[in-house]
Amino acid sequence: MTIIRVISRFLLAASCPLLIGAVFTLYAAGFISPATAALEETESTIASDFQHRFPEAFQASSNPFTMKRWSPYAAGAGIGVLSWLAFLLSNHPLGVSTAIARTSGMIEKPLGEERVTEKAYYQKFPPEIDWEWMLVAGLLVGAFLSAVLSGDFMPESVPAMWEQMFGNSAALRLLVAFIGGVVVIIGARWAGGCTSGHGISGALQMAVSGWLAIFSFFLSGIVTAFIIYGLG
Amino acid sequence: MLENLHNNKKIQLALGFLLGIPFGFFLQKGQVTRYDAIFGQLILQDFTVVKVMFTAILVGMPGVYIMRRLGWVVLHIKPGAVGSTIVGSLIFGVGLALLGYCPGTAMGAVGQGSLDALFGGVAGMIAGAMVYAHVLYPRLQERGILSKGDFGKLTVPEWLDIDNDAAILAFILFGMFLFTFFERFGI
Repeated sequence: MTIIRVISRFLLAASCPLLIGAVFTLYAAGFISPATAALEETESTIASDFQHRFPEAFQASSNPFTMKRWSPYAAGAGIGVLSWLAFLLSNHPLGVSTAIARTSGMIEKPLGEERVTEKAYYQKFPPEIDWEWMLVAGLLVGAFLSAVLSGDFMPESVPAMWEQMFGNSAALRLLVAFIGGVVVIIGARWAGGCTSGHGISGALQMAVSGWLAIFSFFLSGIVTAFIIYGLG
Repeated sequence: MLENLHNNKKIQLALGFLLGIPFGFFLQKGQVTRYDAIFGQLILQDFTVVKVMFTAILVGMPGVYIMRRLGWVVLHIKPGAVGSTIVGSLIFGVGLALLGYCPGTAMGAVGQGSLDALFGGVAGMIAGAMVYAHVLYPRLQERGILSKGDFGKLTVPEWLDIDNDAAILAFILFGMFLFTFFERFGI
């Protein structure tokens, strides 16, 4: 019986990668082509637009600090090593969304102490500055430094790909981003973690919750994105 | 190990900040703080996000498990349940596609000047967290939705009844296969 149980669990676990593998194979073989013609056009327009606006960003640079873009594998490996340090030095996995929940509590506190202290959720995650809150503050500074050093810093309200789909109205983009922000954090707090807490820290500890979260948010994210892309 | 360091609150706050700086730096250098990268990933055009994420996972995994074997670190497995992990993450995915940033990369995007991440994303997230704390959490708790299908602090090797090391090896091999596939087909 044990063998049957192990085999059935193996098959169940293998079904996710197999499913992903099957999708990739169909994709590579050309059976699935997500509006490629339109996308190629979008991509080339964006690229030439960027080259036009920031010629220096497209010059070869050997200094990693001033490079606009690293290989995704290098950036990912850096985050992996960082998670070792976070476990070792701070006994804490990398995570972000709890800090945002704490920030909400901090903002609400001046409106009335009891608004915050009576809420079960704020008792669970008190509105105070903790390690993770400082991590998120550092994250903002680090991204700023990276962007400034490579000349990639630029105030912008409408991202290039959005503009291709829905035009250059900043109001529309901000409205949808606001709604997205509300939904994304409700989902993260509901699930108990976001892309960092579940997606990176959970998955690297081989937590079932982390892998299930990755699978679920890519699933609904892909479906929603294709609907948005279809509207644009 | 390093309990004194872990218990020193002031040093920990400083360490959080110091570890956050390279975190944001790597996210920005990987360009996953860009709307185009996240949305491009979700319409299966640009696989940068998956590459960054899976490399971080596959580098982090053996390191953390080796340090655990040496007794240097303890794991922090999040408990999971169908009603919280799966339902919450499905909602998260919808928000991710609308916003085009996840909570961490939204903060990074603010650092690179993306105003939609600041006035849309961060403002929306703070409002959303209030809605969750005041409106949703009490109701979800009351109806026991968050604990439906609870499976606790389960790990993949525990679930499959296999050795940790074998599972790590399998994950790394799967990752190598995936990355080779991406580069072979120029994805």
